[in-house]
Amino acid sequence: MIALKSPFDRNEIKKLRVGDIVHLSGTIITGRDAVCKYLYAGHASPLNLNGQILYHAGPVVIKDTSGAYVVKAAGPTTSIREEPYQATIIKQHGLVAIIGKGGMGEQTRLALSESGAVYFHAIGGAAQVYAVRIKKVNSVHLLEFGSPEAMWELEVEDFPVIVTMDSHGNSLHKDMEQSSDKIFKKMISSSGDHA
Amino acid sequence: MLKKMMIKSPEMTSHLYNSLQALIESTSSELPIDVALAMDLAKKNEQEKSSAEYALKIIEENRVLAKKYIAPLCQDTGTISFYINHPKHFDRTNFEQIAIEAVMKATEKGVLRQNSVDSLSGLNSGNNIGLGHPGFYFEENQSDLLEIRLMLKGGGCENVGAQYSLPEISLEADRDLAGVKKVILHAVKSAQGRGCSPGILGVCIGGDRATGYAFSKKQLLRFLNDENPIEPLKKLEEEILVDANQLGIGAMGFGGKTTLLGVKIAALHRLPASYFVSVSYMCWAHRRQGMVLDSDMKIKKWIYK
Repeated sequence: MIALKSPFDRNEIKKLRVGDIVHLSGTIITGRDAVCKYLYAGHASPLNLNGQILYHAGPVVIKDTSGAYVVKAAGPTTSIREEPYQATIIKQHGLVAIIGKGGMGEQTRLALSESGAVYFHAIGGAAQVYAVRIKKVNSVHLLEFGSPEAMWELEVEDFPVIVTMDSHGNSLHKDMEQSSDKIFKKMISSSGDHA
Repeated sequence: MLKKMMIKSPEMTSHLYNSLQALIESTSSELPIDVALAMDLAKKNEQEKSSAEYALKIIEENRVLAKKYIAPLCQDTGTISFYINHPKHFDRTNFEQIAIEAVMKATEKGVLRQNSVDSLSGLNSGNNIGLGHPGFYFEENQSDLLEIRLMLKGGGCENVGAQYSLPEISLEADRDLAGVKKVILHAVKSAQGRGCSPGILGVCIGGDRATGYAFSKKQLLRFLNDENPIEPLKKLEEEILVDANQLGIGAMGFGGKTTLLGVKIAALHRLPASYFVSVSYMCWAHRRQGMVLDSDMKIKKWIYK
């Protein structure tokens, strides 16, 4: 396990390899479908994203009796929907990492290499594991996109993720697609023989 | 009788409201017993120190926390679908109204996420209520049994669902069970880990585009360990489960032994011109629960505990 704290050091990020388990502490910022489309369109980000980590997530957030935000659930959402936008945002805003699930495509893989950034995979559906590691909501922006799609600035502690795309061009997702496709093709050609 | 009681007795209304609250909380925060057991087995079978095992361990920790805090297993509390099996003269309209109130309350409490977005304006209704939200599927029975099932199906797994129209030339899938098998495996392969594997498939062979998908989703209400009474479908379910797990996709698509926890297939009649295979993919966080209510609208029995 590797522990990384914000402000994140790009040189440390560059050392990461596919398969590394990382615990993140400090600030991360959520941004999913609406936020990614918005940033891609050229709108200014309400928060400076340089050196930051963008988390593909739509948390469940409610206000407690004192009016403070409480994060009730906060696992990752599927990242591939952000594929049309992500490479541009990584490069233009200087992100050091994305957190999401399911991996991303070729454009993002190339952008990660170019920028010395990585893709962290959080565990899909594990909303409580992540929620209990969110210590505080620092701020919220773009709430007009609805609570799940707003930009939440979160303070996290030992947030567990795994590197599935690194800055050296490796992608577990690309490898897995190729290996499973090979098995699949063999499978359907043999099942055809029996038919 | 029920109709009369539901409209006229505030007590019964309040019991139904409380029962629905309990159903929503349990569905959002706890895995059904069959899925929990299948996940335990998947973790036990996975290679030690692999990424897939790591994912399954995190998921296990998550299950403990969600149950303890009565909080959502997954933040995407999904499409809310109520399946109601009711006696004659059941007041559907009144039921819907009470269920809507229970959903709004659960959203306020953070048991459900604000998950209903106007497709034209992009505005989130903020309370999970909107056109088609939540979904109600009523079925009448001839006894006095009242069963209410709830399924919360997230967008990640819904997005990897697929519908094929056979023959599918690119896969050399003909209009027979061998062809059906090919397209179902293709759906699993195409989903990779994006539907939050290990997943569960609900499949419908036949029907039209609408009924095919609806019926495929309904198969997800079946127990993982039930036995399909239709022999060719039973065999197909077993074969696909074995083959899909040989694809090596594993938990979260990290590579591993368990890609699917179960496969449930049903068939509807079709037109001569159509041969649809509709595949609904459910994530590991298969949030379905159900309850049998007594005549006071109190919970008599849980269905999937």
